[in-house]
Amino acid sequence: MGVGIAVEHLNAFYGKTQALFDVNIVVVANHATALIGPSGCGKSTFIRCLNRMHETIPEARVEGKVHIGDLSVYNGTSATQLRRRVGMVFQKPNPFPTMSIYDNVAAGLKLNGFRKRKQLDEIVHKSLHSAALWDEVKDHLHKKSGASLSGGQQQRLCIARALAVQPEVLLMDEPCSALDPISTGKIEELIFQLKEQYTIVIVTHNMQQAARVAEFTGFFLLGKMIEFDKTEKIFTNPSDKRTEDYVTGRFG
Amino acid sequence: MDHVMTGVSVLTVVLVLVPLFAIFAYLVYKGIGSINIDFLTQTPKPVGEPGGGMANAIVGSMVILAIASVLGVPLGIGAGVFLSEYGRNRYGDIVRFISDVMNGVPSIVIGIVAYGLVVMRQKHFSALAGGVALAIMMVPTIARTTEQMLLLVPQAIREAAYGLGVSRWRTTLSITLRTATSGIITGVMLAFARVAGETAPLLFTAFGNQFWNWKSDQPTAALSLQIFTYAISPFDEWHRQAWAGALVLIVLIVGAVAAVRIAVRHGTLAGA
Repeated sequence: MGVGIAVEHLNAFYGKTQALFDVNIVVVANHATALIGPSGCGKSTFIRCLNRMHETIPEARVEGKVHIGDLSVYNGTSATQLRRRVGMVFQKPNPFPTMSIYDNVAAGLKLNGFRKRKQLDEIVHKSLHSAALWDEVKDHLHKKSGASLSGGQQQRLCIARALAVQPEVLLMDEPCSALDPISTGKIEELIFQLKEQYTIVIVTHNMQQAARVAEFTGFFLLGKMIEFDKTEKIFTNPSDKRTEDYVTGRFG
Repeated sequence: MDHVMTGVSVLTVVLVLVPLFAIFAYLVYKGIGSINIDFLTQTPKPVGEPGGGMANAIVGSMVILAIASVLGVPLGIGAGVFLSEYGRNRYGDIVRFISDVMNGVPSIVIGIVAYGLVVMRQKHFSALAGGVALAIMMVPTIARTTEQMLLLVPQAIREAAYGLGVSRWRTTLSITLRTATSGIITGVMLAFARVAGETAPLLFTAFGNQFWNWKSDQPTAALSLQIFTYAISPFDEWHRQAWAGALVLIVLIVGAVAAVRIAVRHGTLAGA
């Protein structure tokens, strides 16, 4: 089951440049939350702070509190432990090119020492099924490399790979920006099903996409969270002028 | 303009390949006549006696190269991993500089180093000393190519592993190195082929031997040494054998590289 996320006074830096300013947000469990805003506004930085991916960049640092369920992200939890509970799907599909489709999905478990063959088979099957990819790849699970699939299939493979670790939260950083409309449609459908079991935070440039998949939407501008509300409210009756300018296309 | 560029490319390829095939053809022409069962199974005969072969040198070369690879390959790859994954700083720059300098050190100097390190201490010439000398030559090449190949692995692949909760060391071993495997193997084979023909570093380490030797702490014959000895001798029979030895050496190197390539291709997945 998914868990909620609470972020308090989050500031993020790249060296001396501040990328996020005092972000506060509460993400509801088992719902999809979309983050929108112009390029460079800090949306990606923000979700990379939720699974401590931000700090893998040299000289990057974070201040503030993040709670994921009962886990305190920046206080006493190791990054590897945390990331097993907070899965991530990246902007560009990034399957492991030298691994088979099966090994790609099993990678998270195998590399963390999970060795039970039979259970692994089951989890791989289930994850590929959840990612709506099973039927397309079931005949060459072991024979084909993850890199041999089409872009849309690769992205669903990456989703399956993230699901196999059985996370509670799924972070998606513009998962459809490199995909064609049909693949995008498939992934959006997937998000609809996945939020029954996972809490989803999705960064997107596509406002229609935010409106279609998410119950809640946050609008970022220049590193600040300008407005956070129900998606419907953000798109039909935003409280902030800047949000209105952005969603109506009068801006940027 | 396109035609000109294509023409220039083809021309350079021809210019590179002509000497290569010329050398190989000339070796076959000069050497094939002296290669027979005796050459491949017998030890050298004393001057004046006809026949004899280089069997001990063939085996000796293999032993020395095996020792060199066992020592040099892991060390080189390890250094490459350090440079790429942990060496984006001053320490890395120092190691990079030293390894580039080492690449330029004349091989005979490396022979002297191995002489000082191993021969002086053991008090005799040995296959081990020869292997150490060649290993020292392999390390910088392997380290630098490994570094380059690892740097080619996109950051996104590493992030994918981190995102699954895989620790950094495990990501380096199981994801980054594995993704770069084919490039690293190319670097290893390049270093191997380069040292396989080396003579100078073996002169006062492996030293050479006219007889069979199965101990790694005794003077050991090597093809390159045997070719050297025979080529500068005044005897026609030995000259012919030197040509044959050179041909065998080239065939062994090409065979080893091809075998590794085939093995790697066999283990690669469709579409990878």
